[in-house]
Amino acid sequence: MIAMGADVDKVFKALAAPERRVLLDRLHADNGQTLGQLCERMSITRQAVTKHLKMLEEATLVVTIWQGREKLHYLNPMPIHEIAERWIGKYERGRLRVLAELKEKLEGDGNG
Amino acid sequence: MVKSGAESEFVYVTFIRTTPEKLWQALTEPEFTRKFWVGTVQESEWKAGAPWKMLAPDGRVADAGEVVEIDPPRKLVLKWQNHLFPEMTAEGFSRMTYELEAKGGTVKLTVTHAMDRTDSKLVKAVSNGWPQILASLKSLLETGESLEGTDRWPAGL
Repeated sequence: MIAMGADVDKVFKALAAPERRVLLDRLHADNGQTLGQLCERMSITRQAVTKHLKMLEEATLVVTIWQGREKLHYLNPMPIHEIAERWIGKYERGRLRVLAELKEKLEGDGNG
Repeated sequence: MVKSGAESEFVYVTFIRTTPEKLWQALTEPEFTRKFWVGTVQESEWKAGAPWKMLAPDGRVADAGEVVEIDPPRKLVLKWQNHLFPEMTAEGFSRMTYELEAKGGTVKLTVTHAMDRTDSKLVKAVSNGWPQILASLKSLLETGESLEGTDRWPAGL
């Protein structure tokens, strides 16, 4: 078993809000976005988005990089990967992938 | 300045209970990389401007490029081109950066892999590999064991 890098409680807490999961989905679809881009088409205020991003950053689910004068937000998959490593047996991985692909195919959602 | 979305870029951050010196060694020295990086080794004189390459266990050059910036054990920037898949070779050089930062008893490792083109096949391919490789590196340094499946070259590749 590998020890958890980021504070696990923070990761689960950060994942436990639909708005924050939407932000992660949007970075998954298009990595490296500014706060302004992330606020587009969100039904919550800029202040609320900022607050959610802060929690995601504290859990290291989101990391930021300055590019010139722009602060870009990136999805960091490592904490989720480490959580999966902790509970998924090494021999189960292949079978789980097959099942996940089957589910994706049957449900017809390319975003899996 | 490149606008976000105009290029392909991934960022990975992981915290490893080790020292920057040990992590640097693990990222660059063959006896370590073989164990967690699917049996590969890297060859370079490890100085700015020096060629860099990653070799598969059978001796084929998997990736190659150049050391752009090096500051052990803090920062390494590589120009990185894939040599195994023609469609990825055609994309030219990507840019890979390691940043190591000691934080308490751990080291924060940030890996950035970027290419100045939209929907880069190389960056997409490495983005599937990096989390597994980094998790295995973390496991190796913290427990002495790398993760199953990362200690040998994938069959048929």
